Amino acid sequence: MSMKILVTVTEVAEVEDEFEVAGDDIAEQYLEYDLNEWDDYAIEEAVQISEENDDVEVVTATIGPERSEETIRMALAKGADRAVRVWDDAIESADYLDTDSKADLLAAVVEEEDPDLVLSGVQSADEANGATGVTLAEKIGFQWAAVVNDLDLDIEGGVASVHRELEGGVEELTDVESPAVLTIQSGINEPRYASLRGIRQAQQKPLDVKTIDDVGLDESVVDSPLAQTSMYEPESEGDATIWSGGPEEEAEQLAEFLRDKGVVDA
Amino acid sequence: MSDVLAVTEHRRGELRDVSLEMVSAGRDLADEMGGDLHLAVISGDVDAYADQVNREGVDAIHTVEYGEEFNHDVYAQAVEQLADDLDAEYVLMPNSVNGLDYAPAVAEGLSLPLVTDVVDFSADGELEVTREQYGGKVETTIEVSEDRAAITTRPAEWPQAEGQGDAEVSAFDADIDESQIQSTVTGFEEVAGGDVDISEAEFLVSIGRGIEEEENLPLIEALVEATDATLSSSRPIVDNGWLPANRQVGQSGKVVTPDVYIAIGISGAVQHVAGMKGADTIVAINTDPNAPIYDLADYGIEDDLFDVVPALIEEFGGEVPDV
Ligand SMILES: Cc1cc2nc3c(=O)[nH]c(=O)nc-3n(C[C@H](O)[C@H](O)[C@H](O)COP(=O)(O)OP(=O)(O)OC[C@H]3O[C@@H](n4cnc5c(N)ncnc54)[C@H](O)[C@@H]3O)c2cc1C
Repeated sequence: MSMKILVTVTEVAEVEDEFEVAGDDIAEQYLEYDLNEWDDYAIEEAVQISEENDDVEVVTATIGPERSEETIRMALAKGADRAVRVWDDAIESADYLDTDSKADLLAAVVEEEDPDLVLSGVQSADEANGATGVTLAEKIGFQWAAVVNDLDLDIEGGVASVHRELEGGVEELTDVESPAVLTIQSGINEPRYASLRGIRQAQQKPLDVKTIDDVGLDESVVDSPLAQTSMYEPESEGDATIWSGGPEEEAEQLAEFLRDKGVVDA
Repeated sequence: MSDVLAVTEHRRGELRDVSLEMVSAGRDLADEMGGDLHLAVISGDVDAYADQVNREGVDAIHTVEYGEEFNHDVYAQAVEQLADDLDAEYVLMPNSVNGLDYAPAVAEGLSLPLVTDVVDFSADGELEVTREQYGGKVETTIEVSEDRAAITTRPAEWPQAEGQGDAEVSAFDADIDESQIQSTVTGFEEVAGGDVDISEAEFLVSIGRGIEEEENLPLIEALVEATDATLSSSRPIVDNGWLPANRQVGQSGKVVTPDVYIAIGISGAVQHVAGMKGADTIVAINTDPNAPIYDLADYGIEDDLFDVVPALIEEFGGEVPDV
């Protein structure tokens, strides 16, 4: 029984310690891009399923500019078979690409690819909306489960038995009918490092770039009733006493505090 | 009028604290937009929960009796029908783990714009919400140009509502389509047991991703030994398998309330803070002066942990390992 898994993959921006906001985002020179932590776990989960079963294809889907191909190649190097990247000028110049728009674009890719299972990350580390996967499920008529940290797939029976990681060290055990979208929580597996061979092979794997038009939508898909009107560094709510003077002196002050407080006798 | 429908939450027979926060957040939004606050109580012992959330500021409570535990298909259907029936402009849901599982479906089902993990509302004609980005390093304001929206609010951001309310409680006869329920909760499992209980510790030395590699862990262990502290960590350390799950502090780990909590190489993400904000004194060792951990730290050392920790071990006469 052949199977196709689609994994949604995004690059995320990490901010340097010192940064400045320019306009409505952090100035580009303070941003570094990387594969979203949660997607890394989703890719690993898909690749493990493909290794444990015959005839499983893993396809990644990304909404992102050319720069994100570096991230996509990383997913291919870890074992995904091929990639789709959706982007064009209308997306690039969208004022605010909201969850609805992203899910519409991904839904169009799903329609073309017709996967049996979709894995996405719980959230992206930068925007952290935590909503794309479930919105996508609702759009494509798939079942879903959010914040999955254990997955046991019965391919024949069409059921995914998952653990949903709730608050306070409690997990919910749930059976989800496929086809399904699962949003994957960090810690579900141990993401592999790409091997040198994997990185070489990734260069040869198909990476299709598609425009809004190519996936059968029109530019209105990026319109949004939401608009980001500002970004700023919040006033620090803290009033921490900062110990300074170099490591030795700082350690000395902390040690003195701990002794005064009575938590350390040494 | 712009009415608000706020959804409450319970688990395994108990109302969750976030439900009372939803009352405060809902009241806040209803006041900003000039409307009534309705609450939805869905599944389980709805009358008991309705009684518990009947606090000052609530205008009406609607109960939907169906099953015991949370199921996203039941919640989504009930909330959508109730919002339609009430003509509520704003549907407010918690950004809890279950909120992540049904709020986007409600937004999609009702064709509402969705904004998640909101920490503040303001209205100047149009609704503007505040949310964080880039791990809490910046805040953004999002303007909602429609006069309807689905919004999830960050847990522990609003206080728990107090004061006895006198809202009328009525049963809402939701028409739950069983063929649409395609997931089944088969049970619950407690994880993170074991020999150490970090929630009992008085002095915690806690390590985060700043430690970089598992090979560097002995450095922290030496500090723990020299100070007779208990070792805990943020999530990535447990995700990586460097420490067992029972050492994890935070939303999905343990809640700790020690006299002193030293956060070393931990940024202070909201899910981490959920587990340690009750510590009496918080000390942060973090090179990044903008890290959100400094918002709640009492003391800080804005320096490299690989320099500070060895010096600290020596202060207490410990042996600094070669890492
Ligand atoms: C549903 C859900 C549940 C979650 N539950 C939890 C939870 O229970 N507990 C939890 O902790 N997280 C939880 N998280 C994850 C959380 O969002 C963060 O990803 C995580 O807390 C980050 O851990 P960290 O602070 O160790 O790492 P980072 O955010 O990467 O921070 C590392 C910090 O180390 C500092 N640093 C780096 N090098 C040095 C150095 N040499 N010296 C000093 N400082 C240095 C950096 O400046 C940075 O601030 C959850 C997330 C989700 C979505």
